[in-house]
Amino acid sequence: MQSALRGLVDESVTIIREVAAEFERPVMLFSGGKDSVVMLHLAARAFAPARVPFPVMHIDTGHNFPEVIEFRDRAVADLDVRLIVGSVQASIDAGRMPDATGPRASRNPLQTITLLDSIAEHKFDAVFGGARRDEERARAKERVYSFRDSFGQWDPKTQRPELWGIYNGRHQPGEHFRIFPLSNWTELDIWRFVEEYDIPLPSIYFAHQRRVFRRDGMWMAESPFLSADADEPVVEQTVRFRTVGDATCTAAIESTASTLTQIIAETAAARVTERGATRADDRISEAGMEDRKKTGYF
Amino acid sequence: MERLRFATVGSVDDGKSTLIGRLLFDSKSIFEDQLEHIEAVSKRRGTDYVDLSLLTDGLRAEREQGITIDVAYRYFATPKRNFIIADCPGHIQYTRNMITGASNVDLAIVLVDARTGIVEQTRRHSLLASLLGVPHLVICVNKMDLVDWSPGVFNRIRDEFEEFAARLSLRDVTFLPISALQGDNVVSRSPNLTWFEGPTLLHHLENVYTASDDNRVDARFPVQYVIRPQRAEHHDYRGYAGRVAGGVFRVGDDIMVLPSGLTTTVTGIDSPNGPLIQAEPNDAATLLLADDLSIARGDMICRPNNRPRQAQSLEAMLCWMDDAAPLQPDRIYSIKHTTKVTRAKVTKVLYRLNISTLHREIEARDLAFNEIGRVELHTTAPLFYDDYHVNRSTGSFILVDEHTGQTCAAGMLLSPRT
Ligand SMILES: Nc1nc2c(ncn2[C@@H]2O[C@H](COP(=O)(O)OP(=O)(O)O)[C@@H](O)[C@H]2O)c(=O)[nH]1
Ligand SMILES: [Mg+2]
Repeated sequence: MQSALRGLVDESVTIIREVAAEFERPVMLFSGGKDSVVMLHLAARAFAPARVPFPVMHIDTGHNFPEVIEFRDRAVADLDVRLIVGSVQASIDAGRMPDATGPRASRNPLQTITLLDSIAEHKFDAVFGGARRDEERARAKERVYSFRDSFGQWDPKTQRPELWGIYNGRHQPGEHFRIFPLSNWTELDIWRFVEEYDIPLPSIYFAHQRRVFRRDGMWMAESPFLSADADEPVVEQTVRFRTVGDATCTAAIESTASTLTQIIAETAAARVTERGATRADDRISEAGMEDRKKTGYF
Repeated sequence: MERLRFATVGSVDDGKSTLIGRLLFDSKSIFEDQLEHIEAVSKRRGTDYVDLSLLTDGLRAEREQGITIDVAYRYFATPKRNFIIADCPGHIQYTRNMITGASNVDLAIVLVDARTGIVEQTRRHSLLASLLGVPHLVICVNKMDLVDWSPGVFNRIRDEFEEFAARLSLRDVTFLPISALQGDNVVSRSPNLTWFEGPTLLHHLENVYTASDDNRVDARFPVQYVIRPQRAEHHDYRGYAGRVAGGVFRVGDDIMVLPSGLTTTVTGIDSPNGPLIQAEPNDAATLLLADDLSIARGDMICRPNNRPRQAQSLEAMLCWMDDAAPLQPDRIYSIKHTTKVTRAKVTKVLYRLNISTLHREIEARDLAFNEIGRVELHTTAPLFYDDYHVNRSTGSFILVDEHTGQTCAAGMLLSPRT
């Protein structure tokens, strides 16, 4: 009988190999965030000692934590994979969409356009994403092989049946699939894997000192892309990040957990979900994620 | 720690989503922000209690209509086990989503409303659980609060189910009285059900014996991917990657490759978790072999003295899942079986199964949306398979419409009747 973690590893590896065998042009989304790091390590293990047979792609809002970009570049070099960067700034410069403006502007929603343009440009037919079903209620409903029409749209009402781990990736040119090998992982599984398999992560996941300010009940990091309003005092706090995304909409949590053992203990005891604790974008509406996914978001 | 996958099935409104909410809530697996969210939504809608079904009914359309449309997956753990839950829809038009959720579970919970007892969908879902070979079934007679916690009602429903189930092939069936709404006999024992001597639902889920559910006898390894590093340091490496579909493969074993029939020996086993001495059911593994044979994706590795069936003319139970078109005999579909994709046509519908009566309707010529029947099919290349009852991995397949790409049927292979 397999341990639960090993069962997850073997399921994910099987999905990754299946896609590599059946699709012509797969790509793996890689942001340097913990889920995508774990997914890329699983891909490396799926094909070892051969190289990962597809490139990775980062959809870059330009509003990054510098530690994460450094980590991203080191990781792709270590694992010997090719990195493609889809730049939101380049999309804005090319007139694909206007930049986000206003007091609470975030480029997070703009990523969808750059993502879909990049998929079309490279003719990718399978796009691996590191999303997990435990993250959010719309994701809890999504298939492992998730069909996207020629507009990149997800239709939650007409998902194909998916039985026994036999996956159907049939599609027409211009359509594609999002593939979620980590569907059945929880946040805690991710951390246990990181510990057991000794996976390096960006430093911002571990407790450190940072200048932050309180906004909407969350600790936002001061950065060149986000500054505090006059009534939002900036303080130096010991924090870490539970998720890593666009710097304008990812919050830090108060934490002194600086080792994996401490982080695992903290995650196991957490009373708030990772997105609830750290993502401004999920607070928009009752179905914020579903609505974004329907138009092609990750 | 072990993992148990289970699904909740049964008719609409029998309490599936509420039960899952209750299990998560009482096992302290609900986060504060999730609870705040469903409290706020419940209040906005004027519900006077917290509607726990909102925990799984996460789509806009589901909340608008107050129903479950597609499977939701939820995760929780107790000190004893890790659980993956698939909350399935009850409506007949979403049966294919129910099948999606129930196809690979270890256990299914069939919810029955104590007031209405066994209804059409209870029978349909139990039949599907039986056809899908779900190893363990739990019949939860729910809403006991609405029938005065009556042991008579519980016993009557149990007798009625047993009579129906006698004609199904269910291996292990357990009956439990519960009230999902208040949590009676879900996680803790209930003062309202003192007459009931069996376990709570959670206790049963934590202790049901699943170790013997895998087929550990018939060694089967569908080749998924050939690993050949084009790099100097691994010049001679050639590994056959896949997931063990049955039995155990050990270093030193003699193996046979199908369709070629060539034999060789396992010299090593790699895996994502490092080298192995033996690979067991469900392990992802890469087999290294003594001889350099021509082996490709879709081939089957087995033991020379224990081979799967091999045929192009097959019989199967088929669940038709395409709402756009019925099964058309003699039309060509794409078939995916283990890692092999080929083409198939159904040459004959032997009978359609009447879901309420289990009667075999031999006059049937096709299968419409949500119908189930036994068929003969013919494939363009031979399949290497086992009876579905013996091996769920090598006994299952899907049919795909070559034009629309839709997954239109789920099939379970059976030995031909002689
Ligand atoms: N009185 C009572 N009502 C229940 C119980 N379980 C569920 N319900 C109610 O039955 C209705 C349908 O429940 P739901 O979980 O959505 O059913 P589903 O369609 O099977 O998922 C809801 O209004 C629940 O509050 C129970 O044990 N007792
Ligand atoms: Mg429901």
